[in-house]
Amino acid sequence: MMGYLLRRVLYGFPLLLGINILTFILFFVVNTPDDMARMHLGQKHVTAEGIAKWKHERGYDLPLFYAEKETGLRCLTETIFVRKSLGLFVFDFGQSDAGRNIGADIRERMWPSLAIAVPSLFLGLVIDIGLALGLVFFRLSRLEYAGLALCVALMSISTLFYIIAGQYLLGRWFQWVPISGFGEGLDAFRFVVLPVLIGAVSGVGSGVRWYRTLFIEEIERDYVRTARAKGLSEARVLFRHVLRNAMIPILTGVVVLLPLLFTGSLLTESFFAIPGLGSYTIDAISQQDFAIVRAMVFLGACLYIVGLLLTDLSYAWVDPRIRLDD
Amino acid sequence: MLRFYPTDVLLLLTVLAMALFLVLSLRQEHLRRPWRKVMGSPTGLVSALLLGLFTTVAVLDSVRIDQGAQTLSLLDLGLSNLRTSTEKTYSEPLGVYASVHEMVRTSDGHETWTAPRLVFGGRHLVHPEEDRLRDLAQRFFKGGVLGGLAGALLALLTAWILWPRRNLLAFSVRTFWAELPRSLRAVMITWVVLGCLIGIAVALAGGYHVLGTDKVGNDVLFQCLKGVRTGIVIGTLTTLATLPLSLGLGILAGFYRGWVDDVIQYLYTTLNAVPGVLLIAAAMLVMESVMGRHEAMFQSLPARADFRLLALCLILGITSWTGLCRLIRAETLKLREMEYVQAARILGVSEFRILLRHILPNLFHLVLISVALDFSSLVLAEAVLSYINIGVDPSTESWGNMINTARLELARDPPVWWSLLGAFGFMFVLVLCANLLADVLRDAFDPKRENAA
Repeated sequence: MMGYLLRRVLYGFPLLLGINILTFILFFVVNTPDDMARMHLGQKHVTAEGIAKWKHERGYDLPLFYAEKETGLRCLTETIFVRKSLGLFVFDFGQSDAGRNIGADIRERMWPSLAIAVPSLFLGLVIDIGLALGLVFFRLSRLEYAGLALCVALMSISTLFYIIAGQYLLGRWFQWVPISGFGEGLDAFRFVVLPVLIGAVSGVGSGVRWYRTLFIEEIERDYVRTARAKGLSEARVLFRHVLRNAMIPILTGVVVLLPLLFTGSLLTESFFAIPGLGSYTIDAISQQDFAIVRAMVFLGACLYIVGLLLTDLSYAWVDPRIRLDD
Repeated sequence: MLRFYPTDVLLLLTVLAMALFLVLSLRQEHLRRPWRKVMGSPTGLVSALLLGLFTTVAVLDSVRIDQGAQTLSLLDLGLSNLRTSTEKTYSEPLGVYASVHEMVRTSDGHETWTAPRLVFGGRHLVHPEEDRLRDLAQRFFKGGVLGGLAGALLALLTAWILWPRRNLLAFSVRTFWAELPRSLRAVMITWVVLGCLIGIAVALAGGYHVLGTDKVGNDVLFQCLKGVRTGIVIGTLTTLATLPLSLGLGILAGFYRGWVDDVIQYLYTTLNAVPGVLLIAAAMLVMESVMGRHEAMFQSLPARADFRLLALCLILGITSWTGLCRLIRAETLKLREMEYVQAARILGVSEFRILLRHILPNLFHLVLISVALDFSSLVLAEAVLSYINIGVDPSTESWGNMINTARLELARDPPVWWSLLGAFGFMFVLVLCANLLADVLRDAFDPKRENAA
């Protein structure tokens, strides 16, 4: 078990290195620091000194991979690659191009993201699984057919529509909740309701279809037939047998998402002006602050790898047939 | 003088290639059966018909003619009535007055604060208050009846082409309808309904703005129709960019195994680990700054916007090939152990030939299903990306841009809802058709779903 874990963690390193190099090439080789400086200082009135100063302040004036002027190990360390890219491995995110401390920003903005993402996930799960069970209960009836048609229709509606319509209806028309913003402490609840609700509702179409296929797969198994043959009621078969066995794929499917909840949802957060990591990223994109985008890409990748690891662990945990030591 | 931008050429080629693909696969006996299943499904046939209409609009919008100062597509020329009938600012659907009040000088020299008459919408009405509803009803019925008749003709034509028992004249109306397969019945009904709708729209558009006008007074219906091309380009060209990567790498990984497989698996796991939107955002940011440096490459603004659209498709393709690649790798791993592949190998068939003749054709269903499934999510993604400003160029007519500019207009008083409704409506219909067709294709082509309901 420990050996397996260790191997998986070690396997993560080449992945992260690959991502590191990818973003490095994108942001420093294809698009040189000179271009960055010019873009930030405005395309027109830039002097060579201005660019040099901007680069020096942010440490972008070092050579990319190999410093010829230095001696010994410093040939390799005094480069942009080591300074700016490899630092990410110890979660040293450094300064954003606008001069803010990215690490501190992330620690602060993580909480609003979680406040939205965690309830959305769980509310969505409860709604999706409930409706999917309902569809399975009424399978091969007109009700199921209508339900599935509705799911396809809901799937075909843009997320933007859910957000805009929700804001207009609940925020402006009925004025039940504030349209956007975020508050401290318990006050945050008022602001969280709408984004959570919309987050859950916008996923209903695809979610219900997905969980329904899981249940249908399970319902064709022999043990279900046995349970029915014993004379159990359909509801009891569904809840006691099908749901419990389908929990394995459901659980492992959710676990892979858990770490990514930290980074929040780009769209929801920027629409509702929530000061989380999603809107942080969007702001960075619109201000073309590459340092933040690089940090977020790296963070996202790390969390993804953690998610994969957790999935394996949860498989071994819920399904006794799977053993991780080989 | 015709003028083609890169995406025009690629779109036309893609549509041609798809048609060719369809014809070729119809000649394969083992693929003819699933196609027949698709033909027998009312939902499948109706959504294919609607997708065909959308594609026609996109193709018409991709053939451009240079006219001195400006380049217009066939769609622009065909709808020049809509394109040129601009107002000053917002106006409601089928409205006669602008939605924004302004100082108007009346004939007796006084100035009043009122909503002025529109330049185009309802200009033929002398007394708009009394005549508007009657005029609208007249146009509605006339357009509906004429369009319905035209639709009925097309319906008969379709039935005649698609139904193997061609001698339609031998039937009475009742036996014809009773014997017609369900799917063709649905298609005929769709044609008539569509004919009515289009007829009504055409009749109304002759004198009004059917979906109103936007902030600068452009017709919203026209913008929605122009958005069709962008949606279809993103949906199809992205797939085109994906296929070489996912198909090529997937087959290589599955067929050669060993270190090739390891490298390719490493590649797609790495790409998968980066959150999709962030990777797209990063690539688009870099793209933009590269484009900024090579400003001279683009002769005109449309050329620049077109290049950005193409780049977006490429970037979306490069970030989204991993899913299909994984499927193809797994399927190839399975296929290469099949008896017929073993037999071919023993008979001394070269590896390349085995790949081409024995493995590739058997991956067809995977590609088809995944292309169909991806299409709808790509159309939806365009709107989201345009909202974060990493999508198409702001000057490109797309539903995403329409939504982006219109979303704050709901806060006006009275709210301006028609731009949003138009863009969302068109997007919904396109995505719904694609989703439905994808489901039907999956049921027909996926061997695992042979017995599924």
